[in-house]
Amino acid sequence: MIEYQNLFTTVQAVGPVHHGIELGHGNSPRSGEPTIVHLFGRLGNAQLGPIYLGGLGVASLMCGLICFNIIGLNMLAQVNWDPVQFVRQLFWLALEPPAPQNGLAFPPMNQGGWWMFAGALLTASLLLWFARTYRRARELGMGTHVAWAFLAAIWLFLVLGFIRPLLMGSWGEAVPFGIFPHLDWTAAFSIRYGNLFYNPFHMLSIVFLYGSVLLFAMHGGTILAVSRYGGEREIEQITDRGTASERAGLFWRWTMGFNATMESIHRWAWWFAVLTPITGGIGILLTGTVVDNWYLWAVKHHVAPMYPAVWVPPIDPALLIQGVKP
Amino acid sequence: MNFKQRSILTWLALSAVALLAGCERPPIDAVQHGFRGTAMVEVYNPRIVVKDLEKNVVPDAPPAAGTDGPASSAVYKNVQVLGDLSVGEFTRTMVSMTAWVAPEQGCAYCHNVANYASDEIYTKVVARKMLQMTHKINADYKAHVVETGVTCYTCHRGNNIPENIWFTAEPEARSDGMLGDRAGQNTVSIAGAYSSLPEDPFTPYFLEARDIRVQGETALPTGNAHSTKQTEWTYSLMNHMSTSLGVNCTYCHNTRSFGSWETSPPQRVTAWYGIRMVRDLNNEYMKPLTEVFPAHRLGPTGDVAKTNCTTCHQGAYKPMYGRAMAKDYPGMKGAPSPALAASAPELVAQDAAAPAVEVAAQ
Repeated sequence: MIEYQNLFTTVQAVGPVHHGIELGHGNSPRSGEPTIVHLFGRLGNAQLGPIYLGGLGVASLMCGLICFNIIGLNMLAQVNWDPVQFVRQLFWLALEPPAPQNGLAFPPMNQGGWWMFAGALLTASLLLWFARTYRRARELGMGTHVAWAFLAAIWLFLVLGFIRPLLMGSWGEAVPFGIFPHLDWTAAFSIRYGNLFYNPFHMLSIVFLYGSVLLFAMHGGTILAVSRYGGEREIEQITDRGTASERAGLFWRWTMGFNATMESIHRWAWWFAVLTPITGGIGILLTGTVVDNWYLWAVKHHVAPMYPAVWVPPIDPALLIQGVKP
Repeated sequence: MNFKQRSILTWLALSAVALLAGCERPPIDAVQHGFRGTAMVEVYNPRIVVKDLEKNVVPDAPPAAGTDGPASSAVYKNVQVLGDLSVGEFTRTMVSMTAWVAPEQGCAYCHNVANYASDEIYTKVVARKMLQMTHKINADYKAHVVETGVTCYTCHRGNNIPENIWFTAEPEARSDGMLGDRAGQNTVSIAGAYSSLPEDPFTPYFLEARDIRVQGETALPTGNAHSTKQTEWTYSLMNHMSTSLGVNCTYCHNTRSFGSWETSPPQRVTAWYGIRMVRDLNNEYMKPLTEVFPAHRLGPTGDVAKTNCTTCHQGAYKPMYGRAMAKDYPGMKGAPSPALAASAPELVAQDAAAPAVEVAAQ
């Protein structure tokens, strides 16, 4: 029996494929003939393509691709161009930023020079992609919410790799390009600056991150639960509130006394998502520049509680021995 | 449920089993190591601990020889370090050392059996230096080894060369080229617990005396110039210490603030002296032997084999789980020589610090 399912739709309504609306002056033609892919149809829309590349898209992809190759070739050189070792060690390999003693000077190519180029190209690629999402939204007569959300993520990326290293006076403070190395860097960063969990902006960022997840689950769950009443047609429900919207609202009002609306829930979600990297970026920016040890900062401001001692607190042995380096 | 759904479920179940096969099965023992709620817990798999205990057995001590009889230096020639032992105890020590270090090769591993006094075999010169090193540890590093002390067996465990030694890492093959400088990290770092952290944290801290402390001591910046990259080196060293002792970070630190001493367990003080001890041994006892060893015993850069935490600890929080061994061997005990004590005033201060450590440990 054919049945309609909310998440993985087994029924695919296929009409004639279309290129989309006519584009005005100054736009490139779209690339690719649209086709129908059944597997895609199980997850979303079955139509694949056409894609709008345009000048911004091509420039962004070029910058990203060159950056990707710089990182990849440096990693390959690190394993002496051995493809087997490249695959085996891929998660460990990285393109490191310059050494700290290098400051803000341009380093030798193999000691951070390539990192500078890769970082600049990746930044260009991301900013071009932001401009592309902005312009495509405008051309479709949409709002530019997606572009600004993307820019919020770029903000965090730039704080980590550009703004904060600049303020600290050392490119060496930036993040390496690598899978495990960037995670080890994160742990080391937190250790160096006295535990990032005591950074209030880090706390806020976690609130918004976990809040986003919670809102996503609540909203997704609510809409799926009322899709049998046409609840997934959210835009119609905003202007002409039907039984789906009524039931969804009642559900939350009954369970927690308050409910968002079909429109406001999306503002909630957008702001929670966008504030995650914005507050996170502020937290990173303050680390090392304004606060050197977040734990001590939290003690000073009565954030970190003191626990009863279960042993006689040890004395730093370096203080007991004269003339010994700690 | 149709056939397709059943087969998908079967595959999911099989994949889950395959993924879980890499895990240690419960139950796992947790030993609280700090105030409740601070997550200061040591985690042990009792089945692995049983095996570890079997691997860390102290060999039976031969019957004591007593102090009667003439001193060994009066009977044998060229006895430089164990000369004050009685002949009986001297022989007992030699027999024990053979069992600990060269059980297969026997006396001939170090001695020319036609002339035991001869220093012609390099291993004898090394063994003498190692005895001096053992005396130094037992006499001057009580802040680390307390009264348990060490013997040759603590590290050697029946091997000519202790199983856990280290050499300075080879310079990267490509660091002079245009591409591919790893900056001493970003490969599988065995010292750093298989992370991508620097792979040789020993040279800067156990040979040189670079700063291990990187955290600032004030909330706001007051000139602490240590970088995040330096922290990665410290982090790698700490991973080595954790792996060597079979413990996690909370054995020595309250991890909410790694740097603060007032919230750290007293074990951190013991570890602090351990770092100084290892550095001292590598510089004062191992490095001078570089010329004594034949080339095939040296590392890739021509350096001598050196010690780190694993050399003695070998996965146990106390070597051989704290079983005392040195007490049965007078030849392992050394008195701090007066000349040495005078030339190193910090050792006196260190003795003064020791009672504080003991109080803390209680």
